[in-house]
Amino acid sequence: MKKILLSAPIIFFLLTLGFLYRGLENDPKHLPSALIGKNIPTFELRTLDAENVLTQEQLLGQPFLLNVWATWCYACRIEHPMLVELSKRGVKIIGLNYKDKESLAGDWLDDKGDPYIFSIFDPDGKLGFDLGVYGAPETYLVDAYGIIMHKRVGVLDERIWQNEFKDKYYALENAIK
Amino acid sequence: MRYLLLFLISLLISVLNAEQLITFSDDAYLKRYQNLLEELRCPKCQNQNLADSNAPISNDLKEEIQRLLEQGLDDDDIKRALTERYSDFILYDPKFNKNTYFLWLAPFIVLLIGFWWVYSMSTKNYSSQSKDRDLEK
Repeated sequence: MKKILLSAPIIFFLLTLGFLYRGLENDPKHLPSALIGKNIPTFELRTLDAENVLTQEQLLGQPFLLNVWATWCYACRIEHPMLVELSKRGVKIIGLNYKDKESLAGDWLDDKGDPYIFSIFDPDGKLGFDLGVYGAPETYLVDAYGIIMHKRVGVLDERIWQNEFKDKYYALENAIK
Repeated sequence: MRYLLLFLISLLISVLNAEQLITFSDDAYLKRYQNLLEELRCPKCQNQNLADSNAPISNDLKEEIQRLLEQGLDDDDIKRALTERYSDFILYDPKFNKNTYFLWLAPFIVLLIGFWWVYSMSTKNYSSQSKDRDLEK
């Protein structure tokens, strides 16, 4: 009993150490995702270079990646080739053009290639706000019923695709076949 | 002297610019607006509240809060609207829920363990010392 008592401060110290060590590896910039497991927000927006108004209903039916991008976003520039590559592999990506100018966005896609099935045009950031967007680029995995399954803030690269998205995406795709 | 004058002028200009930023239909909204900005955290920056932050996202959120205030939502509704999108991260005063109960209770638990430890140590030591003394006798 006495041994336990004497070692209590050491145990407490080690626990604290472990707790703090875990904290070192946590990314303080990472926000827990409030929308995982929830439906994508309702919206009424048109797509880039098109007049027809789109709602969340039209996104349903197949799993897809929702990629938040903008021409003013430097990291989007880095991310773009990866999205083009994914679209070549047959991954369905829908863009959300966030707080951008339409002409600039059009030029960007003409210039760098368009990996998106279409891009929702959200110049006021309204859908962006409802999604809790705080740092473009952001990528969401959405299932065929419009439920958000996963979210990544920051550049989507091959490693993140393999580790976080790939298996989930193909599982969802196989589920509807 | 000239620099002092320049300094005063620039100060004056900045003060003049600092007015006229946000207007509300009701003055009561301004007070609540300021309180909310103090209590809510910028999602993009580390440890700045919305009031302190000039990040684009903070300005967006400020506009949104202004809009929600004008719509007549109360403070809790506004906070709920924001946490539904940006999670509890943006609350500087986190609510007591399954994610935070440890955070809130840990100090009291540690304190209790501390009391227990000091108490046990003192009684143990006392009894063992008195035992030693008894043996010496």
